[in-house]
Amino acid sequence: MDMQRHVLSVLVENEPGVLSRVAGLFSGRGFNIDSLNVAPALESGVSHMTITTYGDSNIIEQIMKQLHKIVTVIKVVEFADIPAVEREMMLVKVQAEGSMRGEILRTVDIFRCKVVDVSASEMIIEATGNHEKLEAIVDLLQRFGIKELSRTGSLAMRRSKKGD
Amino acid sequence: MELKGTQILIETLKREGVDLLFGYPGGVIIDLYDDLLKNPEMRHILVRHEQGAVHAADGYARASGKVGVCLVTSGPGATNTVTGLATAYCDSIPLVVLTGQVPTNLIGNDAFQEVDIVGITRPCTKHNYLVKNIKDLALTLRQAFYIARSGRPGPVLVDLPKDVLVGKTEFVWPEEVYLRSYNPTYKPNLNQLRKTVEEVDRAKRPLFLIGGGVILSNAATELTALAEKLQIPVTYSLMGMGGFPSTSDLSLGMVGMHGTYAANLAINNCDLLICVGARFDDRVTGKLSAFAPNARVVHIDIDPTSIRKNVKVDVPVVGDCRLALSALLEICDSRFAERDWTGAHGEWLETVKDWKVSKPLTYQQEPNGPIKPQRVVESLRKLTRGEAIIVTDVGQHQMWTAQFYSFTKPRTLLTSGGLGTMGYGLPASIGAQFAYPDKLVIAIVGDGSIQMNIQELITAVSNKLPVKIVILNNRYLGMVRQWQELFYNRVYASTNMEAQPDFVKLAEAYGAEGYRIEDEGKLDSTLEQALSSPSPAVIDVRVEREENVYPMVPAGAALDEMLLV
Repeated sequence: MDMQRHVLSVLVENEPGVLSRVAGLFSGRGFNIDSLNVAPALESGVSHMTITTYGDSNIIEQIMKQLHKIVTVIKVVEFADIPAVEREMMLVKVQAEGSMRGEILRTVDIFRCKVVDVSASEMIIEATGNHEKLEAIVDLLQRFGIKELSRTGSLAMRRSKKGD
Repeated sequence: MELKGTQILIETLKREGVDLLFGYPGGVIIDLYDDLLKNPEMRHILVRHEQGAVHAADGYARASGKVGVCLVTSGPGATNTVTGLATAYCDSIPLVVLTGQVPTNLIGNDAFQEVDIVGITRPCTKHNYLVKNIKDLALTLRQAFYIARSGRPGPVLVDLPKDVLVGKTEFVWPEEVYLRSYNPTYKPNLNQLRKTVEEVDRAKRPLFLIGGGVILSNAATELTALAEKLQIPVTYSLMGMGGFPSTSDLSLGMVGMHGTYAANLAINNCDLLICVGARFDDRVTGKLSAFAPNARVVHIDIDPTSIRKNVKVDVPVVGDCRLALSALLEICDSRFAERDWTGAHGEWLETVKDWKVSKPLTYQQEPNGPIKPQRVVESLRKLTRGEAIIVTDVGQHQMWTAQFYSFTKPRTLLTSGGLGTMGYGLPASIGAQFAYPDKLVIAIVGDGSIQMNIQELITAVSNKLPVKIVILNNRYLGMVRQWQELFYNRVYASTNMEAQPDFVKLAEAYGAEGYRIEDEGKLDSTLEQALSSPSPAVIDVRVEREENVYPMVPAGAALDEMLLV
């Protein structure tokens, strides 16, 4: 079976150590974490984790069951079969000297990114989008010379049903 | 009313039904020990090593079905519980382990005897807590007991900083425990049960494989009734022993690496495998791709993660084993009201019986030759009429005990199945004897493993516990030596244990009785004498040094690739 990328949304009680319980589960059982994002959820005392991971369907089933088995995990949702919006943000510091600046700005424009810092020789670009879009931006900016890259990892949310 | 943390703790333990603690004091929990003395109805058993405390609580829990409780200090006291916690976690044994901790204002400062025990034990407990505020103490302890004993049971650790223990607060007894993020499924889905019954109806060669879940959920009666009604043969993992009477015609004995010929062949030839409360450990399945190749699989387990973890399952049933089995009995009663199951699987039962008869568990005892370890176990079975609580360590003696004691009742074999912890036996037998003061408790151990917690002899002696420790002494780490003989060209690296204490003198030094048996002719009479003594006794039985456990499925081989002799 092929290893596919999966996005899991996990609601947890916001108690000390909960991140370690989740991270420890992945390392202890040899599951992959591609990215992990944690922040307070709407309800106070609850945190929302978005985890992207790779695995075949058996592995994903085990990951979801094992996550659910953690006493402080409230809910686990996998977005593969559910229409969902997925977004990730990144900051990229690129080398931007002389004639390159114009081309970088055009790329920024096409992808609807923002330039958030400029110096004589560098720019910091802020980009938002799904995983694939950010990969494409990184690919394009690579040839100018990326000096630093910082990404948030994915966030995901189920889309409203049509007619809602 | 304002109570001190220690008093809240003791009051909570009482209300949880605890009257026995195993423990070892230390700096940060002196206050708790001080207050325990004022509550004589709460017995505290002083062990000699914290690992012994956890195993003793574990033995108590396995024998009684109640939650075992232990109490240790911070730092090394806490780290010494790790092996015991992992042992209990692997075998799903309900424990609450209370550890002292340095005061909250010192946590993180590398204080004296400070260790992050909650961090250390996260992967080997069902859940754990650090109580930072005395106001949370009572509720946290209640949750700990609730989590330990509900669902798939397991050990829960509660870390108690000194200032939480000596502070004061209003004691409010939490009437209800509710955790929205923790709701084990007890009641199995009716449709899945109906599917199970249809599978049984279609099957020609059905087989039960039962595990520790049958013992933990007290489902032995229901399992036996169902197997007998439907005339389905039963095999069991080490943890499932006693869940079905091994004396029944339908019993095939233990399955897996040292399982019987009949059980392992039955797995490979059945067309329906109904697994109840077992988790398809690698010691049970052998090579996974060749496991039960012809079978549809029904898997009943309260822990969804056990299902489809290793083996492909056709009908998953999540729920309590006892509830599932009694529901299956009911469905079968109405669905097949008219059917007579006698002879329903006649051909299959004949085949299975042929396997049992043609290749039974066996060994050769030469008259007046070296004592065979299997002979010792058989002798113990005869002398106790199979009525004793048997506790083991880990190794060859454990497998011979499983093969030859012939267990018929649940909670009569206490053994570290999942983790395989040497040194479990003696302290666990102490716990079991506290659970059943009037029953005969026998620890069958190896000469290697007994030395791992032998300090607990003094705990048995000082509490006047008549536990019997039978050492199958081959002066080797026998199981490892067996692997070396079979798979490592007989190079016995570090397994020769000829250098060993005089166990008889050692027993006597501790104040226990010591016996040595070297002569096969004196085996029964000496064992009988030791078993009938009111004192704790160590019986050092010198056995054949290079006896092997057979059958054996080499690690990674298929179940039908057994070495038979």
